[in-house]
Amino acid sequence: MLQIACRVLMLLLAGTMTVAAAEPRPRDDMKKDFVRPAGVPYPADNPYETHKVNLGQMLFFEPRLSGSKWISCASCHNPGLSWGDGLARGIGTDMKTLGRRSPTILNMAWANLVMWDGRKTSLEDQAFGPVTSPAEMNGTIEEAVARIGAIGAYQAEFKTVFGDEGVSARTIPLVLATYERSIVSGEAPFDRWIAGDQTAISDDAKRGFDLFTGKARCTGCHTSWNFTDNGFHDIGLPDTDIGRGEWLKVESMQHAFKTPTLRDADRRGPYMHDGSLGTLADVVDHYDRGGLMRPSLSNMMQPLHLSGTEKQDLLAFLGTLTGNNAPVTVPVLPNPQAARN
Amino acid sequence: MHFNIPILSAALLIAAAAPLHAENVIVYQEGKKFSEAEVAVKVGETVTFTNKDPITHNVYSSTPGMAFDLKQQKPDESTTITFDHVGEATVQCAIHPLMKLKVDVQ
Repeated sequence: MLQIACRVLMLLLAGTMTVAAAEPRPRDDMKKDFVRPAGVPYPADNPYETHKVNLGQMLFFEPRLSGSKWISCASCHNPGLSWGDGLARGIGTDMKTLGRRSPTILNMAWANLVMWDGRKTSLEDQAFGPVTSPAEMNGTIEEAVARIGAIGAYQAEFKTVFGDEGVSARTIPLVLATYERSIVSGEAPFDRWIAGDQTAISDDAKRGFDLFTGKARCTGCHTSWNFTDNGFHDIGLPDTDIGRGEWLKVESMQHAFKTPTLRDADRRGPYMHDGSLGTLADVVDHYDRGGLMRPSLSNMMQPLHLSGTEKQDLLAFLGTLTGNNAPVTVPVLPNPQAARN
Repeated sequence: MHFNIPILSAALLIAAAAPLHAENVIVYQEGKKFSEAEVAVKVGETVTFTNKDPITHNVYSSTPGMAFDLKQQKPDESTTITFDHVGEATVQCAIHPLMKLKVDVQ
């Protein structure tokens, strides 16, 4: 039996050794961590292709993927609402409220595990998840393939990309995932500041950045230009949902949820996996308090003792992350009569 | 004679826990990566995980027969694990799932 032999803590030596505290990094050095990437990463086994993006966009807005022919991916991931739905919790089949908030799909090209609890390993793996969930779109893979494959325009487009395989349970996820990877947050004032425009954000926001990367400890989880570590943390919200803990039976994953991006955050309330916090000010207050104490609570969660001015500076900073997103054109779907049959 | 109790305690703890004649492999967590992708040890030998990142990590394995969970490992914290079964353990950080390491126990 494997055993933990010993746990040697630096704390044990703290009384006799002087451990040099890390010097805070200067702001200009810290800014280097937040440079936008030059391009969008596409996996080698599902590379970018314009036809796939176009097909994926059509299927993303395609209600015939759902059992009722009424719900599409875009029903919960509305581009007009920064690819969320603006609700505390999503709404699925028969107008029933779902268990968690609909997350934005901005910048998913940089994600690895997908969903609040990380139960899907890629966008391709995730694509049929909502389609086949009885609570969400209440369809089946076979039904979706048959419906899409019966529409001539889709048949032709899929054949162009995939040859004789055409519409299949493999190719539908490929095009949906390719389209979703193409959805990237627009350039925000913060990006212009990072790129060198000193006037792009206010002095309040700059102080907020210093707090974000320092005293407020936000970069423990919200890292890089996309403001996520793609990790899982229990941040001490008092609900019964165990999140990642359902799939990974280790203590720190109980009540843990995936770190969301903060891009367009001020357009995406209410907040958290359960939509329990109405405003970004509520979110800052939650982190200032430190969250509900329990064994799984991330030990990065600690009372911050932020002043009122500091909280305002943090909010000013978060406001600079909202991008100038281009309007999204809703695709014209083929054979609309079939949707009513 | 005056003993430095904390240092003595740490030394005794290490000495008591480490198997005689066993080798120890050190793996660092730095930049949200393990310093090694794969390490090899013999049965009864140890691997020490030292968190050099400024953030909390986890180390766990759910490999059957070799499972363990170090819960939350703070910056500068070190933990030593003894591997006492032959096999290949997949070790990961539950918090940062891209952090993976194979421990080949021979």
